[in-house]
Amino acid sequence: MRIRGKVIKFGDNVDTDVIIPARYLTSSDPMELARHCMEDLDPTFTRRVTKETILVAGKNFGCGSSREHAPLSIKASGVQAVIAESFARIFYRNAINIGLPILESGEAAREIQEGDEVEIDLEKGLIRNHTTGKTFQAQAFPPFLQEIIAQGGLMNLVKKRTQVNS
Amino acid sequence: MGMGMTITEKIIATHAHKERVAPGELVQVKVDLALANDITAPLSIKELEKYGIEKIFDPRRVVLVADHNTPCKDIPSAQNVKLMRDFARKHGIPYFFEGGTVGIEHVLLPELGLVLPGDLVVGADSHTCTYGALGAFSTGMGSTDIAAAWALGETWLKVPESLKFVYEGERRPFVTGKDFILFTIGQIGVDGARYCAMEFTGSAIAALSMDERFTMANMAIEAGAKNGIMAADEKTLSYVRATGVTREPKLYFSDPEATYRQVFTIDVSQIEPQVALPHLPENVRSVGSLPRIEIQQAVIGSCTNGRIEDLRMAASILRGQKVHPGVRLLIFPGSPRVLLEAEKEGLLRIFLEAGAVLAPPSCGPCLGGHLGVLAEGERCISTTNRNFVGRMGHVKSEVYLANPYVAASSAILGYIAGPDRL
Repeated sequence: MRIRGKVIKFGDNVDTDVIIPARYLTSSDPMELARHCMEDLDPTFTRRVTKETILVAGKNFGCGSSREHAPLSIKASGVQAVIAESFARIFYRNAINIGLPILESGEAAREIQEGDEVEIDLEKGLIRNHTTGKTFQAQAFPPFLQEIIAQGGLMNLVKKRTQVNS
Repeated sequence: MGMGMTITEKIIATHAHKERVAPGELVQVKVDLALANDITAPLSIKELEKYGIEKIFDPRRVVLVADHNTPCKDIPSAQNVKLMRDFARKHGIPYFFEGGTVGIEHVLLPELGLVLPGDLVVGADSHTCTYGALGAFSTGMGSTDIAAAWALGETWLKVPESLKFVYEGERRPFVTGKDFILFTIGQIGVDGARYCAMEFTGSAIAALSMDERFTMANMAIEAGAKNGIMAADEKTLSYVRATGVTREPKLYFSDPEATYRQVFTIDVSQIEPQVALPHLPENVRSVGSLPRIEIQQAVIGSCTNGRIEDLRMAASILRGQKVHPGVRLLIFPGSPRVLLEAEKEGLLRIFLEAGAVLAPPSCGPCLGGHLGVLAEGERCISTTNRNFVGRMGHVKSEVYLANPYVAASSAILGYIAGPDRL
C-alpha cells in the first residue's frame, strides 16, 4: 500500500497525555477523541490535520500511559502514518493492533521537515521525500507483526484462533 | 553470549514452555493474570463484542479495577463502570472492584495476593510493571492486547534485553525508593531503558521495604522499560504470606553468568531527596539545589506512593504541623486496606489536624481526571509518577515529582523543600 501526504512534525518524547489528555478518556469513540488529538501540544493541530497528513516525530513517540485512545485519536484525525526515530513500546503495540501504520527511521525523522511532501511504500518500508528527492528505508517488522498487519489488526487473528479452538 | 539467564528471561521461558529464551526472540506466553481499569477495560470489552468473542479463557485470571475515575465523576465514567460490572457478571469474573472494594490497581492486587513471585502478568495500564517488586514479570499493554489475552490466555512478547542496576551503600535521611528510581531515570533518561528489563539489585535494594520496592518497579515505565524486576527475598515472602494466599510462589534468580546490555552501579549514599521538574520525569534535581518554587497544591498517593509506609512518612512530617495557607494538601490512600490501617495508626487524625484533604482511594488527580486538577499557572508537588504537560490539569500547570517526605514538608512550607528546612 502506498500513502502520500504532507508532513506535520513534532519533537522528542511526545507522550500519550498530550496526544489525548486524560480528561477526554471517558469516551472511546475515535471521532470524539480525534477532536482533541494533540491539543495540549499544539492547539492548531486539529485544524491543520487532513486525510493526507503524515506525522513525523523524534525519539520515544507515544511514551507514558498505555491508553489505546492515543493511536485511535491519531488515526481518526486523518493521519495516514507516523514516522518516528523510535516509538515507546506500548504505543508501538497499540498502533499495530489497531492498524495505524508506523515506521521507524532516525534518518527520516531527522531530515524530513514540516510541510514536506512524503510518499510511503508500506510493504517495503520505503519513505520518499518528494520535496527533497531523498529516500529512506524504515526498519522492517518481524514476520509475526507483519501477519498482524496483513490480517488488519490483532483481533482478526484472535477471532480465527478462537474459532479453531471451539 | 553466556549460557546464563536473567530472572526476566527465566519467567518468560517458563511461560513460553521453553528451556531458554534469548533477548530479541518473539515468544507466545501463557498469562497468569490480565487486568484492565475503567479507562482501558471499556475498549477491551467493546473489542471482544465487536468480534463476537463470547468466551474468556479463565474468569479467575481476569481483574477489573474501576480505580481511575472513582467515585464516578460524571455520566460517561459511570457508564464505563456499568459496562465493566455487566461484563464481570456475564462472565462470572470474581475480581471486579468498585465502591468500597476499590483501590488503586497496583496497590490493590499485591495486597490481595493476586500476584505472586514468578507470575507473568499483563495489564491495560502502563504501571502494571509495579508487580516486578514481587519477583514477577509484569508489563503494560493496550486494550486490544488485553482483549486478546482475555480470549486466549496468552500474549506475544519480545524477550527484552536486561539492564542491571546495582544499588549499594547507606542512604541518607529522608531518602527513599522513590529517590533511587528518580535518580536512575535522571541518569538514563525517559527512554534509557526503552524495550528493556530493568533489574534492580544490591544491598540497598535488600534494605528497602516492600512498599519502597513497589515504588521503584512502578516507575520502570518512566524510563521506557518493558518491566522492572527484583528477585524475591525473605521480605517478599513474608509480604506474600501476609496476604493469606495459598498458591505457591515460584522463585527465580538471575544466573551469575546472565547477560546484561549494561550494568550500572549506584552509590545511594550520594543521593539526596530528588525532585523531577516539569515536564519529564528525567528532569531530576536534588531538592536542596532548587530555588524557591512556590506551590499551590501537594498530592500524596497514587500507584507509586499510596501505600501505608508512604502515609507513615507523610505523617511523620505533618505531625503537629499545619499545611501552608496557600496550599491544598490532598492525601489519597491507595486502597481500602491502606485507609483502614492509616485509621488504626492514627495517621488520618494527623492529616486532618494539619489541614489536609482526605480523599478516597482513587487515581484521582494524578492523570488530571478529577478530585484535584490544577488551574492555569498552578504548581503541584506530587508523589505521583508523571509530570508531562497538562498531566494534572491545565496545559500551563506544573507538576514536580518527589517522595512523601518532601511532598509533606513542601505542603507545610508553601514551597518545594525537604524536611530539613522545617
